[in-house]
Amino acid sequence: MNKKKSILESNVLYTIVAIIAGFLVGAIFLLIAGISPAVAYGKLFDSIFSKPKYLVWTLVYASPLIFTGLSVAFSFRTGVFNIGAEGQFVIGSLVACVLGIVLKLPPVLHALVCLVAAAAAGCIWSLIVGVLKVKRGIHEVLSFIMFNWIAFYLSNYVVNLPGIHRESSEATLDIAENARLLLPEGIRKALDCNAAHWGILFAVIAAVVIWVIIEKTTLGYKLKAVGFNRNCAQYGGINADGSVLTALGISGLLSGLGGAVQVLGMAGRLSQFAGQEGFGFEGITVALIGGSNPIGCIFSGIFYGAMKYGGSKLSIVKAPSEVVDIIMGCVVLLIAISHVFKVFVLNAAKKKEAK
Amino acid sequence: MNGLIKDLGLLINATLIATPPLLLAALGSCFSERCGVVNIGIEGMMTIGAFTGAVMGLTTGNGWIAFLCAGLAGALFGLIHAFVCISCHADQTIAGTAINFLGPGLALFLCKAMYNNSSDTPAMDPSCKLPKLFEGVFPTGSFWNNVLNVYAVAYLVFILAFVCWFVFYKTKFGAHLRAVGEHPEACESLGIDVYKVRYTCVILSGFFAGLGGAFVTLATINQFRPSVIVGQGFIAIAAVIFGKFSPEGATKACLLFGLCSGIKSLAAQSNVVSPNLISMIPYVVTIIALVLFVGKAHTPAANGKIFVKSK
Repeated sequence: MNKKKSILESNVLYTIVAIIAGFLVGAIFLLIAGISPAVAYGKLFDSIFSKPKYLVWTLVYASPLIFTGLSVAFSFRTGVFNIGAEGQFVIGSLVACVLGIVLKLPPVLHALVCLVAAAAAGCIWSLIVGVLKVKRGIHEVLSFIMFNWIAFYLSNYVVNLPGIHRESSEATLDIAENARLLLPEGIRKALDCNAAHWGILFAVIAAVVIWVIIEKTTLGYKLKAVGFNRNCAQYGGINADGSVLTALGISGLLSGLGGAVQVLGMAGRLSQFAGQEGFGFEGITVALIGGSNPIGCIFSGIFYGAMKYGGSKLSIVKAPSEVVDIIMGCVVLLIAISHVFKVFVLNAAKKKEAK
Repeated sequence: MNGLIKDLGLLINATLIATPPLLLAALGSCFSERCGVVNIGIEGMMTIGAFTGAVMGLTTGNGWIAFLCAGLAGALFGLIHAFVCISCHADQTIAGTAINFLGPGLALFLCKAMYNNSSDTPAMDPSCKLPKLFEGVFPTGSFWNNVLNVYAVAYLVFILAFVCWFVFYKTKFGAHLRAVGEHPEACESLGIDVYKVRYTCVILSGFFAGLGGAFVTLATINQFRPSVIVGQGFIAIAAVIFGKFSPEGATKACLLFGLCSGIKSLAAQSNVVSPNLISMIPYVVTIIALVLFVGKAHTPAANGKIFVKSK
């Protein structure tokens, strides 16, 4: 009985139910649009699982999402809401791209410099918002939204600067080979995926590091305490303002790294944006599906990466790829209200036991 | 001198086109935020409104009916947000994030399903769009033509802003909604139905956001495209916080953003400064203004907090 109860209480169960329900809602819309869900979902799964190289692509798509997911999850755990992951991601990718084009450094070192600079840039971008919040009491959600758009236009501005911009294109010059994070050519050939890069490994390492920080260190304890009850933590001798800044800084650093991994790994150059790319907002979904747990973010990031990659192939069967957005939106909505079902199910189980 | 007046006319015209969608969404957001429900799903609701407006304009041929339908579509999403946040006690920011996925996703999905896998709807005949005031009264290009011959809705929106102010401060419902956002428990003990007030406000916010989105597709341009709503919803929220959560403050903030947007569209034609840098102005101005003048905004005390009705 206890085992059954612990399953009923576990959040993983409700997340899985939410994902299944999301697919059902997506199926209803596919039916309304006159597309067979079997065909569309068949194509979706086929384009994720049918060949090993598709799985490699899934991981390529997942890497930046795991980073932004970690960034948001870390902010959730420490009581701030980083809706600015989008902007930090853009700034990270911009800095990495510019340094990747401009600098001339030996292999490994070049990539390392780009990564560190991007992480620092994401961190600073987020810290500005933190300082505004701590010193001037400005609502962080508001300034994050502003900074997302400033980053967006700044990136488009820099992409079009001479020396960065490639003539008669919408993108920058290619990043130097030395700065790229691609796997050695032999392995890429063997995997049959041109864009296979180290990003997924970095993402997993980052997730483990963040897990250790949150669960096993004094720093993590302090940050969580401030997030849980600011006044109480302050009374206990924790510097609350400092903690908020640290939390936002680390969160921004992760998003900046995500941007660098995307541009140094898969993309190789930066293109002019028409609308926000959405990695930051997708990170919110990744964090939620992963239950704000860093290790959970690895799996939810891979799940989202698979959906994005599979979704991009849906047009082959004439199904709109936006069905992925509908599914993900429903999943988030259902996870947000999963506690209602939980209470309901647990009450039902209790009643049954009483009989 | 003549040239200057003409430029001024163009600027006012551009401002009057950029402001209404922001202002509609911001007025809606005021209702939602003041009653204690954070709604960052405004962007998604605007996209749904923009799409519905374009489709209904094409099918009915009547701009006003299409405009109203767009509002109702937004209201439907408002209802979803209200149900999830108020009745199911979900985290409001997360629910809003979900709406921001669902709205644009659904709009593009339906658009592709209805129009042969194209992400744009066909362009509308001008007769299907919202009407302009004083069409053909003033010579084209003249100052008065630029200032007065704009879409009728652009002026209606300012009247609506006044109506919202009136509702907020001069009616019983307004007093209730402001109180519910500050101290719902106290309101309940006085016999105010907190859930009912909040449902009304959140549905209204969706309705207004839908109208705001439809203004873009039924007036500013004549079709739905994926890029019609890029960030207006978020700017509207910023305007509300900037305007200290009041309709009159939000109106001023929206006019400022609209003016920046007007300057941007005029300067983009001259090609002197990068349009990307000019596009940053509203956001940078907001931050500077917040740091220098506004400072700490008084957020409604119960904003974002879950309220559970006592049995």
